[in-house]
Amino acid sequence: MSTVPTGTAAGTVRAPTVLAGRGLSKRFGDLQVLTEVDFSVGAGEAVGIVGPNGAGKTTLLNVLSGSQRPSAGRIEFNDQDITGLRPELRCRRGIGRAFQVPKPFTGMTVLENVLVGASYGAGLGRQAAYRRCVEVLETCGLAGLANRRADSLGLLHRKRLELARSLATAPQVLLLDEIGGGLTDAEADELVATIKLVSEQGTSIVWIEHIVHVLIQVVDRLVCMDAGRVIADGPPGTVLSDAVVVDAYLGRAGS
Amino acid sequence: MSITAPTPPAAGHAWTISRSDRTTRAASAGLVVLGLLLFAVPFGFRTNVVQQLTSLFILLILAVMWNALAGYGGMVSVGQQAFIGFGAYTTIFLTQHGVTTYLAVALAPVASGVLAVALAPLVLRLRGGQFAVGTWVVAEALALLVALDKGLGGGTGASLRGLSGIEPDLRRAFTYWLTLAFMLSLLVAVVVLLRHRTGIALQAIRDDEDAAASLGVRTAPLKFGLYVLAGIGCGAAGALTLANSLFIQPQSIFGVQWTAYMLFMVLVGGLGTFEGPVIGAVLYFALQNQFAEQGAWYLIGLGAIAVAFALFLPRGLWSLASDRLNLRLLPVGYNLLHRTGRSAGSSAQAPDGGTSSRGESTS
Ligand SMILES: Nc1ncnc2c1ncn2[C@@H]1O[C@H](COP(=O)(O)OP(=O)(O)OP(=O)(O)O)[C@@H](O)[C@H]1O
Ligand SMILES: [Mg+2]
Repeated sequence: MSTVPTGTAAGTVRAPTVLAGRGLSKRFGDLQVLTEVDFSVGAGEAVGIVGPNGAGKTTLLNVLSGSQRPSAGRIEFNDQDITGLRPELRCRRGIGRAFQVPKPFTGMTVLENVLVGASYGAGLGRQAAYRRCVEVLETCGLAGLANRRADSLGLLHRKRLELARSLATAPQVLLLDEIGGGLTDAEADELVATIKLVSEQGTSIVWIEHIVHVLIQVVDRLVCMDAGRVIADGPPGTVLSDAVVVDAYLGRAGS
Repeated sequence: MSITAPTPPAAGHAWTISRSDRTTRAASAGLVVLGLLLFAVPFGFRTNVVQQLTSLFILLILAVMWNALAGYGGMVSVGQQAFIGFGAYTTIFLTQHGVTTYLAVALAPVASGVLAVALAPLVLRLRGGQFAVGTWVVAEALALLVALDKGLGGGTGASLRGLSGIEPDLRRAFTYWLTLAFMLSLLVAVVVLLRHRTGIALQAIRDDEDAAASLGVRTAPLKFGLYVLAGIGCGAAGALTLANSLFIQPQSIFGVQWTAYMLFMVLVGGLGTFEGPVIGAVLYFALQNQFAEQGAWYLIGLGAIAVAFALFLPRGLWSLASDRLNLRLLPVGYNLLHRTGRSAGSSAQAPDGGTSSRGESTS
């Protein structure tokens, strides 16, 4: 797998595109949530998505991961059209996903939760799946809680489990949705280190996060969405100083 | 950060995953021996006992099948009596067409499986409450169809023929052996499912279908398979009920009271555990023998107990043993063990090797 190009500014060679949405629109009844969104992530690239509440960030992830069908547009993964592919098959091909509101399997242990991803998403045999689970549980700081039922976990650990499970599927692209909310500084640092590690191993990352200062420690590129459209896309520094972005998001969020 | 200690310093070989320990090995061996010994019961006990045990095993089949469906697959069916009735009436139908009685009893579950295959595209499209109601409607429709069929005895019922040549004691023993064989096969089938990765996939579907799909689990074929297995099991229970009682009526064999029994057994014993429904079946069997004379009050009592359990002990009696004592009888779970903690008595203590982490690690 190719390594991350450190600068994605115009002129530098971009890594080949892994996952792309072209002209994606999504409407729920009369509500237009996505309007002709073009979005792509390259091999080994880490992209952050920011934008105000209700901008359509989670919906974009839903459409990319297959949880929802776009009303228009197409999705390509490694140059193949996957617009009609079911979510479980997208996962098996290499699109991992962590939900904004954690969805642990509450009746199962933490280990069993992760094992589902390793056995099915990554398609590993028993012993290999076990090894993968141990690895991922350690990476995410969950090894000591592995035999606990997932319904006994607090929010912090539920979010970690969400990350661990999607990592266990051995994704080529990892879609993360606000896994960093409500963390202390130390916890955020640890999360950043974990995601950086995953990124350095060659996995492409798409990370939605409101806490911009955490996000920019990891991402090579930043996308800002507002009202269902991409309003800025480029190197984090450029995007964050963009007047439109400041107005749409940062100004309103008051940070 | 808030989780102290649990993360070991270096990566690698500090942890292993194990599925069995001394308890599960001993218990599994004990259960196998018990299962085999049960075949000898007709040689040593009175016919009455044999017939009672046959009823118990039928209840056990029902409890285990309903638990597989609802407790592992998340499909809360209120209509498994469709398969119970279908199994029984298929047996009647086959014997009317020249099939030997016990062969008919053995074939009826297969026919019930075929019925499940046929119904699956219809009912598996439904979710939650719709699924529950849908399955019930199917059962009622089947009952009506059978009641209208004069050839099958209509509403008055039908008797199982072809057994008059066999001496009663021997007949009861045959029925007992057949029931025991079915019960053990179905129990083994569930254990095999749970040992296989399918077990965690099914539970994942039960807990959150979207999350399961996003982790690569193909939900539709697994739900289909489980629904068919439960159809086969409940069909067997129906055919065996007929063989045990020799007479059936459509209202009772297709009656919703079967679902009430299954719910009771599984909820009281422990939904989504292997041991729970077995305990529930034994308990229900004892209650039935004590209180069945009380008629309506008996059913009201059952309902009250089931509701009390659902409210106050939602994971059933077995959760008392499994949570407090960390007891597991069968090697169907997964334990992450720390190398160092392993030899320190792995059976009944906290299996995570990091006992200290339990109390401190809430966020
Ligand atoms: N299933 C749905 N049906 C109807 N409307 C929906 C649905 N899902 C999302 N929406 C609406 O679409 C809009 C975008 O939602 P989305 O969850 O994508 O926003 P978001 O950018 O992720 O916001 P947040 O930062 O709060 O997570 C919102 O107005 C939301 O109410
Ligand atoms: Mg969102």
